[in-house]
Amino acid sequence: MELLTNQILAGIATGAIYACMALAVVMIYQAIDHLNFAQGEMAMFSTFVAWQLMQWGLSYWAAFVAAVALSFVGGIVIERLLFKPLAKAPILTNVAGFIALFAIINSSAGLIWDFTIKQFPTPFGSSPFLGSQLISTHQAGMIGVTLVLLILLFFFFRFTRIGLAMRAAAALPESARLVGINTSWMIALGWGMAAAIGSIAGMLIAPVVFLEPNMMGGVLIYGFAAAVLGGLTSPFGAVIGGFLVGIFENLAGTYIPGVGNELKLPIALALIIVVLVVKPAGLFGRAIVKRV
Amino acid sequence: MSAVQEVVTEAPVVDAVPKRAMTLGFGTSLAVLALLLVVPIFAKNFIIFQLTMLLIYALAVMALNILTGSSGQFSLGQSAFYAVGAYSSAILMEHANINYALTLPISGVICFAFGYLFGKPALRLSGVYLALATFALATAMPQLLKLNVFEPWTGGVQGLVVDKPDAPFGLPMSQDTWLYYFTLLVSVAIYIFSVNLLKSRSGRAFMAIRDNEIAASAMGIDVALYKTLAFGVSAGITGVAGALGAIAVQFVAPDSYTITLAISLFLGMVVGGVGWLPGSIVGSAFIIFVPNIAEGISKGLSGAVFGVLLFLVIFLMPHGARQMAMLGQQLIGKLRR
Repeated sequence: MELLTNQILAGIATGAIYACMALAVVMIYQAIDHLNFAQGEMAMFSTFVAWQLMQWGLSYWAAFVAAVALSFVGGIVIERLLFKPLAKAPILTNVAGFIALFAIINSSAGLIWDFTIKQFPTPFGSSPFLGSQLISTHQAGMIGVTLVLLILLFFFFRFTRIGLAMRAAAALPESARLVGINTSWMIALGWGMAAAIGSIAGMLIAPVVFLEPNMMGGVLIYGFAAAVLGGLTSPFGAVIGGFLVGIFENLAGTYIPGVGNELKLPIALALIIVVLVVKPAGLFGRAIVKRV
Repeated sequence: MSAVQEVVTEAPVVDAVPKRAMTLGFGTSLAVLALLLVVPIFAKNFIIFQLTMLLIYALAVMALNILTGSSGQFSLGQSAFYAVGAYSSAILMEHANINYALTLPISGVICFAFGYLFGKPALRLSGVYLALATFALATAMPQLLKLNVFEPWTGGVQGLVVDKPDAPFGLPMSQDTWLYYFTLLVSVAIYIFSVNLLKSRSGRAFMAIRDNEIAASAMGIDVALYKTLAFGVSAGITGVAGALGAIAVQFVAPDSYTITLAISLFLGMVVGGVGWLPGSIVGSAFIIFVPNIAEGISKGLSGAVFGVLLFLVIFLMPHGARQMAMLGQQLIGKLRR
């Protein structure tokens, strides 16, 4: 029984990483109806920016805020320059665009900051949390930040004019335009917010997986799994999905014989496929009905 | 808090391409074939090896093109089928001592079955979800190949070494040259098969599904059957390409078949022009040679240069090489007048 609780705790701790990433994935999916395969690289780049600012002598929180702000602007710039012209293009072209973006960001980060592993500081410290060996204060802080972020997003979408406008633009772009919403800028805003959330995710993840240009590879896949599990249309579902994937991963590694560490990734992917087949809308997502 | 996203009109996965625009004319085809036949006479062995790889990747890109360009389904998981083909062929040669040429159809059939079975559950998915599921398959494949259970056959992380075949009947040519002509023969056969497939009843069914699934099913097309069939055919051809690749490289190992390969094949299709089969060879040239060119321009930034080139292609020629070919055709037409 103690093993079980321990594994669940450890699962929640790793799940927090996936939850952060899944939140960013869902944000952009809401805004543009595409999965951004370059999301992880954008987050990685933001984290490097924060690291660089700290090297230049800024305090953690100053660098944190600056990196989030820069990422927000960066996300908007990427959308305006590269993806706005592709808005009407087929899905396929967009996916190719994401892959190109992935290659560009990954390679430039490698050139600017090289591929050696770097330590990234944590504001929460890394002592055991409430006397438990399995969950550190950093991981607890990460869970806390994820939940705060989720609540803020909830209030933003539910109670602000601009949040409402963004929802309208995503749901029915034509009707939204008719009532005077600038849907094109709402998409840019979505990119900015997704980049900002991604940067927060990156900065929270970096102390755990260490900072290097390829740090997001595995995390993004788990983030996708989490987003799919929770439902691509629901930020709340994405966060829950993240924790579930983390717990599932740990439990499968412990209790299913022969799984061990090397099969953890295929397990997460099998989970994606099973969820997609059984319940394509995810646990908390809404089923989408296609208009003929 | 999720948006009211209950009714949407979905963006098209790919632009509709008429059947006639999917292939080359007879004369042009012969000219390309003649070029491919003559080139190795003037080339060194290493270049011939690269040309062989060009044909092999062109086959794999074409397989994806059949899936995406004609039936409108996505796949970022072609590397998984490529790996299964390569491994089937290598295992058959290593453990059962079967002739290399005979392993190709067997690999093709194994991959067809694998693709068909994978297509069954994937059938319920479309667009971005299908991309995700196949992406998951491609990422998981290297890990699955490394599994201890399969190690007696697959050789685990070490992989398997494959012997390069000699030219038969004492033909006076190097192993590389023979392999090139062998690959060319297989590629031409598969190309002709694919062109005929697209002209057939099944091909028209694929295209009807691509253009409007609901209308297609209203016309009596068994959507589920043809969608899985497209998956199977595409996987089968990719499997043959993978088997050829294993013979050409003389080595199979789990880490040669990562998601990077799947992404390359996908890019090859986009660059070559979705739905235009001859474009596959242009796309294949792009994924083989452009990374080298990018490295030549700037070593540290090769990835970035590659990405920028890709963006240029997307922006300037959204239909890839097909657009180039059409422009050329129009120019020639104008000159004649």
